[in-house]
Amino acid sequence: MVNHAAMILPLVLYFVLIMGIAWLGNRSAARRSDTAGFLEEYFIGSRSMGGFVLAMAVITTYTSASSFVGGPGIAYNLGLGWILLSMIQVPTAFLTLGVLGKRFALIARRTNAVTITDFIRARYDSDAVVILSSAALLVFFMASMLAQFIGGARLFESVTGYSYQTGLIIFGLTVVIYTTVGGFRAVVLTDTIQGVMMLAASLAILFAVVTAGGGVSNIMQTLYEIDPKLLTPTGANDAIPKPFILSFWVLVGIGVLGLPQTTQKCLGYKDSRSMHSAMIIGTFTVGFILLAMHLVGAMGRAVIPNIEIGDLAVPTLTVRLMSPFWAGIFIAGPLAAIMSTVDSMLIMCSAAIVKDLYFHYVLKNDEKRLPPKLVKRMSLTVTGVVGVIVFIAALKPPSLLVWINLFAFGGLEAVFFCPTLFGLYWKRANSTGALLSMAGGAAAYFFFTLTKVSVCGTTSIVPTLAVSTALFIAGSVFGRAESAEKLRAFEI
Amino acid sequence: MASKDFLRSTRRETIVIVALYILFFAWWYVTAYGFGDDPSAYDYILGFPEWFFYSCIAGYVGISLILWAAVRVFFKDLPLDDGGDSKAEESRNG
Repeated sequence: MVNHAAMILPLVLYFVLIMGIAWLGNRSAARRSDTAGFLEEYFIGSRSMGGFVLAMAVITTYTSASSFVGGPGIAYNLGLGWILLSMIQVPTAFLTLGVLGKRFALIARRTNAVTITDFIRARYDSDAVVILSSAALLVFFMASMLAQFIGGARLFESVTGYSYQTGLIIFGLTVVIYTTVGGFRAVVLTDTIQGVMMLAASLAILFAVVTAGGGVSNIMQTLYEIDPKLLTPTGANDAIPKPFILSFWVLVGIGVLGLPQTTQKCLGYKDSRSMHSAMIIGTFTVGFILLAMHLVGAMGRAVIPNIEIGDLAVPTLTVRLMSPFWAGIFIAGPLAAIMSTVDSMLIMCSAAIVKDLYFHYVLKNDEKRLPPKLVKRMSLTVTGVVGVIVFIAALKPPSLLVWINLFAFGGLEAVFFCPTLFGLYWKRANSTGALLSMAGGAAAYFFFTLTKVSVCGTTSIVPTLAVSTALFIAGSVFGRAESAEKLRAFEI
Repeated sequence: MASKDFLRSTRRETIVIVALYILFFAWWYVTAYGFGDDPSAYDYILGFPEWFFYSCIAGYVGISLILWAAVRVFFKDLPLDDGGDSKAEESRNG
C-alpha cells in the first residue's frame, strides 16, 4: 500500500517554492518602466544569465518527459543499446552554445533582438519568413507542450495513485501560473532549481536500483540470463540497427542547432565567461542525467522483470524501491524536467504573439501604444490562454503521445535549422533561401513522416534536412542577395 | 564591425567545437561496435560490458574533461558589445 500523504508532501513544498520564485521574478520585471526595457526583461531577463543558470536553462529546456520516462522505458525493453543511443545527446549543450553562442549574443545586442524571430527578421527582412516562423513555432510548441503535459500527468497518476486529471491540474496549473506571473526571469530561476532537482532525483533512483539489484555485476548477469541481446549495442531483437541509430545523430545531435527553445537561450546570457562555464557544466550535467536515468531503465529489468508497458518502468521502480517520502522527492525530478520544458515554450509563444506579431504588425512598433502595463496584461492573457488551451487538449489525451513529441522536435528542426545556422555563418544567405527551406522543409517533413517513406533505413529527419538544406542553398544562390546595408549588423 | 579579434576567436572556437564533436562521434562509434557482437564473449569492467564502459561511461567522462581543457586553452573572454549599440548598454545599466 502506498502512503500518499508522505509522497505528496515534498511535492507540495516544491511547488510552493517555485511559486515563490515566480513572484520574485515578477517584482524585478515590474521595476522596468519603459516598453523596450520591459520587453527585454519579461522575455529575456535583461540578458543577465550567469554560467550556472545558463547551463541549467539549456539542459532543462532540452531534457523533457522522454529523458525521464519514455527513454528509460525503452531502455527497459531493449537494454544497453538504447543507452548508447541516448548518449548521442551528450555533446548537444556544448555544440549549441559553442557554435551559435557568441555570434548570436553579439548580433542580438546590436539589433536589440529579444526573440529568435527578431533575429530572423533582422537577418532576412521578410514578412513572409517572419510570419512563417512564428506560425511554425506556435504550432510545434503547442504540440510539444501537449505531449509534455500528458506525460507529466500520466507519471503523476502512476506514482501517486491520484487520478490523471488531478495530476494535470496540479502541475499544469503550476507551470502556467509561474510562467505567466514571472516571465523569463522566473523561468530561468525555476529552471535552475529544477535542474538541481533532476540531478538529485536521477542519482537517488540509480542508487536505489543498483542496491536492489545487488551491484552492477549481478545485474548484468541477470540481464544476460533474461536475454543476452540486452547487453549488446543493437539491443533485444536487434531493434536498434545502425542506420536507425546513426540518424539520431541528426535528430538529437546536430539537428539541435535548429531548436528555437534552445537557441533562444543564446540571446540571453551575460558575458562570454558565463557561456564558457555553461558549456562545461551543461555537458557534464546532461550526460549524467541521461546516463543515470537510462541505466535505471535498463538495469531495472533485472530488478523487477515483468513490467508490460515501458512507460511504467520508471514509476513502478520508484514506488517499489523507494520510501514514499523519497519517491515524492524523486517524482519532482521528472515533473521538473517537464515543467521546465513547458515554461520556455510558453514564454516563447507569448513573445511570438505579443511581440513578434501584434506589436510589430498591428502597432507598427509604436511604443506609445504599448506601455509596459499593457504588455504585461497582454502577456499574462496570451500565456494564460495558450496554457489553458493545451491544458484542455490534455484532459482528453490522444493516444499517440510519443509520436507527437518526436514529431514536434523534428518539425522545429525542419523549419529553423537552416535559417538559424546559415544566417549566422553565410553572408550569401537570403530570404528566398530561408522561405524555400522553411516551407519545403516542413512539407518534406510531413511527407516523410506521414508516408513513412524511409531513405536507406534512416528516420524522416535525415532526408528532411537534406531537402531543406538543398533548397536553402539553391534559393540563396539564385535569389537576390540581401542589401549590404541590412547585413552590416551581421558582420563579425 | 566587431574587432578582428572577435572574428578570429569565434572562428577558432567553432573549429574546436566541431572537432570535439567529431572526436566524440568517432570514439562513440568505434568503441560501441569494435568489441564484437557476441555477448557470451564479453569482458566486463566495473560490472559493465567492455563496449558499454568505453563508449557510454568513459566517452562521457572523457569528453567532459577534454571540453574543460579545450575551453581553458582556446576560448577567449570577449566583450559581447562592440559599442555600436548604446540602447542595450543603457538598459543593462539602468
